[in-house]
Amino acid sequence: MKTRPWFDAQGIRKSFFAREVLKGVDVAVSEGEVLGLVGENGAGKSTLMNILGGVLFPDVGHMEIDGQEYVPQSPRDAVRRGISFIHQELNLFHNLSIAENLAVADLPRRGRGWLGIDRRKLRAEAVDALQAVGLHLSPDLRLDQLSAGEKQLVEIAKAIRRRSRLIIYDEPTTSLAEPEIRRLFAIMADLKARGFAQIFISHQLTHVLEQCDRVQVLRDGEPTGMGPAADYSEQELVRLMVGRSMDQVFPGRKERKTGEVTLQVSGLTEPGLLENISFEARSGEVLGIAGLMGAGRTELLRVLFGVDHCERGSISLHGHEVSQWPLRRRVQAGMAFLTEDRRAEGLAMDGSIFDNSAAVVLPEFARPVTGLLEQKRLGIAVQKLSRRVKLTESATPDSPVHNLSGGNQQKVVLAKWLLNNPSVMLLDEPTRGVDVGAKFEIYGLINELVEQGNTILMVSSELEELMGMCDRILVLHGGGIRGQFHRDKFEFEQILRTAFGQEATES
Amino acid sequence: MVLEGFNRSWLGSNWSQHVLFGLTVLLSVGAAWGIPGFATTWNGQTLLIHGLPLVLLAVGLTLVLISGGIDLSITSVMALASVLGAKIMVDAGGGVPAVMLGLAAMIGVGVLVGAINGISVAVFRMPSFIATLTLMMLVSGAAILFTRSQKIAGLPDTFITTGQQLWLTGSLVLVLAFLVHLGLKKSIYGRWLYLVGLNRRAAEISGVPVKPVIVGVYIASGILAACGGVLLTASLETGDPVMGQNILLDVVGAAVLGGASLQGGKGSVWGAVCGVGFLVILGNCLVLMNVHYYYVTIVKGGVILAAAVLDTQRSTRA
Repeated sequence: MKTRPWFDAQGIRKSFFAREVLKGVDVAVSEGEVLGLVGENGAGKSTLMNILGGVLFPDVGHMEIDGQEYVPQSPRDAVRRGISFIHQELNLFHNLSIAENLAVADLPRRGRGWLGIDRRKLRAEAVDALQAVGLHLSPDLRLDQLSAGEKQLVEIAKAIRRRSRLIIYDEPTTSLAEPEIRRLFAIMADLKARGFAQIFISHQLTHVLEQCDRVQVLRDGEPTGMGPAADYSEQELVRLMVGRSMDQVFPGRKERKTGEVTLQVSGLTEPGLLENISFEARSGEVLGIAGLMGAGRTELLRVLFGVDHCERGSISLHGHEVSQWPLRRRVQAGMAFLTEDRRAEGLAMDGSIFDNSAAVVLPEFARPVTGLLEQKRLGIAVQKLSRRVKLTESATPDSPVHNLSGGNQQKVVLAKWLLNNPSVMLLDEPTRGVDVGAKFEIYGLINELVEQGNTILMVSSELEELMGMCDRILVLHGGGIRGQFHRDKFEFEQILRTAFGQEATES
Repeated sequence: MVLEGFNRSWLGSNWSQHVLFGLTVLLSVGAAWGIPGFATTWNGQTLLIHGLPLVLLAVGLTLVLISGGIDLSITSVMALASVLGAKIMVDAGGGVPAVMLGLAAMIGVGVLVGAINGISVAVFRMPSFIATLTLMMLVSGAAILFTRSQKIAGLPDTFITTGQQLWLTGSLVLVLAFLVHLGLKKSIYGRWLYLVGLNRRAAEISGVPVKPVIVGVYIASGILAACGGVLLTASLETGDPVMGQNILLDVVGAAVLGGASLQGGKGSVWGAVCGVGFLVILGNCLVLMNVHYYYVTIVKGGVILAAAVLDTQRSTRA
């Protein structure tokens, strides 16, 4: 329908150490078009984007921009030719102002370039660029005063200021709350209308189908599907990504019997964060905690686990009052906590799979006084758990976890806690940054644990995930519980409205 | 298969230490062949007298480096331990009980300074560089004040003759180093220490007793430094308030050469021992070749720099 795509790459191939990660991929995107790129982690998306961005050279393949040959030697070439990336981890300087960030690569100079920065021009340009993304903030604000969503818009403004024609988004919505996501999509639609070419990479298939004109699916470095987004359903995309049909996104559930109360919370209050939170959770139950970012979801889990303290309230675990217990004692009593930030708090990224898996359970394998470890027994236990969480077989226990994919890293975190036989598990965004296949396996594991009588508290930004996995959902808003829903009465819109604080609901 | 991986994980990726060990052997063989006066009993004794205290200090520092910190107070601990121990031994009459009392006081200095360091870093969350730097100034100032900058001579004969038995001090160092090695590689404390160094937050959330581990590491470093002070005091036959003031950088250099990283989470006893061995032998060779002292420092600096560059290259490529 369009004449010729603005960006056109043909037959891209790339191998690392004799392993072919891209097996002849074409990517084309026209002006005013949004292309959705989906695939599991490790499917080759990142490699492909690195080639577009001049970070890597293709072994074979031809790229054209606007009909002109494009052979980038470095990321600078990509920028010069009009390609910008909006990364998951934003490339911004938190100690500089918005204006300085926008122009950081080519600050406007005064005079002939040796007389310092032209502050007035810098500021004026920044005002224009911010307007283009609908961000009504002073360009003098320091970046660390901005929310995650605002920072992302600054990144987009930076791309516009550089006169980019192709903007590539890599998982742009993972760290955003729903209203911020909507705002991002509005900007994307605006840019589309203004003739920008855009590539949208995401695991959120709903977003992809909603925002993109065309989709392209990669599996193991091969294109397995390409066409207008309207021709695809989520199930179809998943099938193309995984290579097998997955009738459901969530594994089947067996009949559950909820048992006695394992965790009872009452009147938990921390001014500004948590407001009189009371609930109970039973064995054999997945209790979901929904809410927007900043509603107090993560704060609640951190207080329950003893990472953070709260002013008032009681936490009773198996009938023991634990709110004054140190974290270590709660772990011994059967609590586990999977944090939302895997890199910062979940894993020692440079440590081995083995060391990370054994981190929690070490005391049970240490002889008294000398502290010498029963290495053989520990080795066997770790091996057993690695199999149970279906950790990839291709990694040896001594390889560092930073070599693993997100899904496998999360499995190591789970293995670390499961070794300790927990009875109450707090899971904060258990599938963040995890590919579809591993997601399904983690869901399966959660179901299995609950069937064995575990209690699971699960926080997630994806409401579909909570609705698929939980027996009951508590909705937080502004630090307090505003609604409670039982599985037979889950209703997407109503839960969402409650999360936005529009109504208080009990079902 | 996992058990095999388990063991490899225990030993860590230590090929660089084997390379260092190989280089040390190569250097020694080359020196024995090419430098007259190297392969003599007398020179061997010099190397040991000089190297043994350094080994203790470097092993202690390596522990602190693994935790992600640094301990700059180790040489001042040596000095204060030296003058305090010497004073007690002399004042208490010089008998065996006096020597014992003196030794206990020396170790006590290590424990005390280490505990203050550890608490500053673990509980008050001070940067270890600042905490141990200020304590270094305080402690070495105290050592000088204590003796009005005088050396303390006239140490008991029992102390000097026992402390100069190289077989005895050698085996003491060997035993201490082996115990630390065992603790580091085979015990829960060692595993905890590496975890704390790699990611303190993750270790905390996994229920690792982070604060006790950090405090323990600084106390261990203090004790090892005090032991180094004992050996050096015996070989110098005096209590010296400015003891070891020039060796701090050698110790840091040896630990880094031995594979410890200032980022934390890396390092081993064997590496520290090899690091000290290499630096001491290298320095000794240069001195025997009549190279001027200033050049010796420059060469050592160059070697440590090269090791650090190689190490960062290796870890960024991974």
